[in-house]
Amino acid sequence: MNRLVLHLLQVLVAVVLIAIWHFASTIKIPAGLVSAKAFYPLDPFFFSTPLAVFERTWRDFATGVIWYHLGITLLETVLAFLIGAVGGVLVGFWFARQQRVAAVFDPYVKMANALPRVVLAPIFALWLGLGIWSKVALGVTLVFFIVFFNVYQGVKEVSPTVLANARMLGMSERQLLRHVYWPSALSWMFSSLHTAVGFALVGAVVGEYLGSAAGLGYRIHQAEGVFDVTGVFSGMLVLAVFVIIIDTFVSAIENRLMVWRPTAASNQR
Amino acid sequence: MAGSMSHSGASAGDASPCAVQLAGVQIVFPARAKGETAFIAVEGADLEVADGEFVAIVGPTGCGKSTLLNATAGLLIPGAGTVSIFGAPLGGLNRQAGYLFQAEALFPWKTAVENVAIGLDVAGIPAGEARERALAWLKRVGLAAFADRYPHMLSGGQRKRVGLAQVLIRDPKILLMDEPFGPLDAQTRQIMGNLLLDLWNADRKAVLFVTHDLEEAIALADRVVIMGAGPASRIIGQWRIDLPRPRDIAEVRLDPVFHALHREIWSALKEEVVKGYLQSEGVTA
Repeated sequence: MNRLVLHLLQVLVAVVLIAIWHFASTIKIPAGLVSAKAFYPLDPFFFSTPLAVFERTWRDFATGVIWYHLGITLLETVLAFLIGAVGGVLVGFWFARQQRVAAVFDPYVKMANALPRVVLAPIFALWLGLGIWSKVALGVTLVFFIVFFNVYQGVKEVSPTVLANARMLGMSERQLLRHVYWPSALSWMFSSLHTAVGFALVGAVVGEYLGSAAGLGYRIHQAEGVFDVTGVFSGMLVLAVFVIIIDTFVSAIENRLMVWRPTAASNQR
Repeated sequence: MAGSMSHSGASAGDASPCAVQLAGVQIVFPARAKGETAFIAVEGADLEVADGEFVAIVGPTGCGKSTLLNATAGLLIPGAGTVSIFGAPLGGLNRQAGYLFQAEALFPWKTAVENVAIGLDVAGIPAGEARERALAWLKRVGLAAFADRYPHMLSGGQRKRVGLAQVLIRDPKILLMDEPFGPLDAQTRQIMGNLLLDLWNADRKAVLFVTHDLEEAIALADRVVIMGAGPASRIIGQWRIDLPRPRDIAEVRLDPVFHALHREIWSALKEEVVKGYLQSEGVTA
């Protein structure tokens, strides 16, 4: 499919959905047609209207109140990602190279990973307070496991032939780590990068939602508390655009660092 | 027939030890599950490769040719017997050998020139000099224009060329090759065979070349060694190939001597191929 056509179709989906939302929440179905009373198919009290949501979003940006909250959420996301990723890489490497350690910790890793993170949020709030660090901690528990499992796999699944070749070319253990295991683990880590960044954001927003004084999750929670549906949707809109921007950024980094990896596009050429 | 090889050329009178000497080598793969018996891949293998000699090992599929090569490389430890490299028993990896693998062995995250230079890099040669020499080697294997490509951007034949340069840049005394041109198409194989002979002619190393293709073996080697069907396969015969050098892979196949040798060796090999085939059928059926 042509790129332009693709983008047009992508925009079309948004336009159609927003149009349906708009008309269903602004045009009343006259009395007697379906029911005895005239009504909106999507009641603006529950669903707000697209124009109101855009207007609110615009105002938030124009007055500048949203920037502070966006900044807090971004900071929490970045910190959660960095701490979780570094921890995941280090422990993943360690476990993959020390099978005995991995075997000992195996049941605990599985248990910890199976734990729903939401139940940890109050604990973190208790330990770390209502500031950014309890949200960062929640994000870290999500990011860590994704990166950890991928790096572990990456180190273990190095092609035996490539490994034998590296040995025959005279590499020492340290050189193997640098020239073989590390790049392999990195490529696996990058394949999980989009998921990991997404989860860092989820951790931040959920943490804010459950108890905080700033951030996008806090804004959404506040709006919900006063039945301000427009505010909730506006918060979701900002969050969605935020995710798209971060994802584009991650893709750019990935393309830069993973040039060696065969892509579908280069196979077609 | 098996005795048509008296002594290898280099051992005529001088005391210089063989590049590779396998004596009574047995290779056993331990049982993986309870109740399974250990698998003996190779039994009582005696083989000598003189310095500068090109030896090809031919045998039916699954006869343990690659296993024998891995033992020479030090990647496998024989269950019995000894592997000696230039007279010294081999303990650990064979530092004097370069190994060209059958499967993809290039580092996919390194460009062609980085792949070739890596052997020098890890030996502590400065990056600039390593790159310079790697570029020279890429030129020798005809890939000067592809230095900055990653392996996935190269064709199968080009990747083998990079692999050859990667191994030869370290100037190993012994070159081990495990069906290196196996996955390539017939034309590319011929071109690669000639490239290999050119490089070898310029600097004669001891070569141990494993293949299942008898024609390729005769065209390339000074001596062809035939292995029997596995399991517990043995070396069942050796033939000296007295075709003049330098050879051209395509032309040497038209030589009547080539035909006579091929017929003679094939008659011995055929039995083993059939035997190996029946065995593998019996296992799967």
